[in-house]
Amino acid sequence: MAADTAALERPVTGRSGAPLARGVATGYLSLVVLLPLAALIWGSRAGGLGAFWEQATRHEAVSALKLTLVVAAICALLNAVAGTAIAWTLVRDRFPGKGIVDALIDLPFALPTIVAGLTLLALYGPGGPFGIDVAFTRTALLLALLFVTLPFVVRAVQPVLLELDTEMEEAAASLGARPLAIFRRIVFPNLLPAILSGVALAFARAVGEFGAVVLISGNLPFKTEVASVYIFGQLQSGNESGAAAVSVLLLAISLGVLLGIGAFRRWRTRHDA
Amino acid sequence: MARYALRFGALGYLALLLLVPVGLVFYRAFENGAGHAWDAVTTHQALHALELTLLIAAIAVPANTVFGIVLALALVRTRFPGRGLVNAVVDLPLALSPVVVGLALFLLYGRGGWLGGLAGHGVKILFALPGMVLATMFVSLPFVVREVVPVLREIGTDQEQAAETLGASPLQVFRRITFPAIRWAVAYGVVLTTARAIGEFGAVSVVSGRIEGRTETLPLYVQSQFEGFDTSGAYAASVVLAMIAIGTVVGLRVLHPREEVA
Repeated sequence: MAADTAALERPVTGRSGAPLARGVATGYLSLVVLLPLAALIWGSRAGGLGAFWEQATRHEAVSALKLTLVVAAICALLNAVAGTAIAWTLVRDRFPGKGIVDALIDLPFALPTIVAGLTLLALYGPGGPFGIDVAFTRTALLLALLFVTLPFVVRAVQPVLLELDTEMEEAAASLGARPLAIFRRIVFPNLLPAILSGVALAFARAVGEFGAVVLISGNLPFKTEVASVYIFGQLQSGNESGAAAVSVLLLAISLGVLLGIGAFRRWRTRHDA
Repeated sequence: MARYALRFGALGYLALLLLVPVGLVFYRAFENGAGHAWDAVTTHQALHALELTLLIAAIAVPANTVFGIVLALALVRTRFPGRGLVNAVVDLPLALSPVVVGLALFLLYGRGGWLGGLAGHGVKILFALPGMVLATMFVSLPFVVREVVPVLREIGTDQEQAAETLGASPLQVFRRITFPAIRWAVAYGVVLTTARAIGEFGAVSVVSGRIEGRTETLPLYVQSQFEGFDTSGAYAASVVLAMIAIGTVVGLRVLHPREEVA
């Protein structure tokens, strides 16, 4: 198996188009992505490391960062449970309208985040039809993040569950294992890598979310103000270095999550082979 | 029994989080009649916002499609130092806060930025169309690349090498062999890119300066109408965006019929 992958990944050398493709690709990436990010990092340390530290440890900044990390972590954990349950229902259960429900999972990816926020505010805000009003609370914040991160775990787990042979589960059942034991001992260990990578992506997305939370959270400092909203506010009030300092921290978190997922995947390929 | 509990749990969660809220926005937009909703989205300001949104997508999507294919080819078919880094950078827009993206562009092209001098030469990037296009390109960059890379891996290079041996030029190889193999992945990526480009809010919000009737896209319009207490205008514009999103979801289904659940 490993040899096959190596063969597939072997580059075709000597193709005259290759250096051009490489140059164009890296050039485009540098111009669109790397150059702005370099300017951000440069801008964040314009006043020296001391100024950076001062901005990053401002009371309001720390409070926003803490809230962001905690709510994103709760959101990621809830996604692990709900996402796995939804993926299970979509793969193993049968009911009318399943195709539509499956298509619906992609909606949070496709729906503009500001519309997602407005949507939740219409239902769970003042004057909502159920009389539930959680607007401008941390619950609202969590709801908005759950909405936008819904597809990550579902879409990561679904293909693995589809591939998973039911033979092992049937064998366990015939040996008298209860459904919960089968799930815990057989299904869950097979799904775990997919769940983890889905959870990591959902966490990263939740940490950076802006559009969905801006209307429903009320952006109250020390209460419902998350990091991205804090950055936006600092920029609006002219504190560019404060905005840049917190941005660099968010950038570090995003990169950390991505590199973590990459390292985890490489580690698994090596151990499966 | 457990199966039913799980089914109703999962479906109930989806209904309360997704279906009922989105349905309610449609209801709110049309509760005063379809004519009222139509009037709300055909105001001068709303139409301009829609036009601008589509214009930005019309520039950013083709750019990310062409360069996305080139990037995928470079990542899969060639080896070069820093390839691992490029791989990680391609995914970055998926995991990075759009506000951070906006701020990065703001610092690069703003006053005192490395490319801030462009404004003095009559090239206005910030608070104008180019900045908004750049922000949109940044956030929607990964989709075509990520769809095309696995397909390129899967098809391998046998046919391409055969064509080369028979004397085909690189362009001919791409046009006759590679592109037909990846075109569905490209189409899928284009749909995702378009949805992301049309819906982008945070990054565009930072770099556009939100000048009403000038640099206001449809998602920005939704927020400004809502905060200006024109909720029916906000709901009506949201319905337009939601219909584009539903169109996207349907498009994804049509392009990936084999991904159907068993």
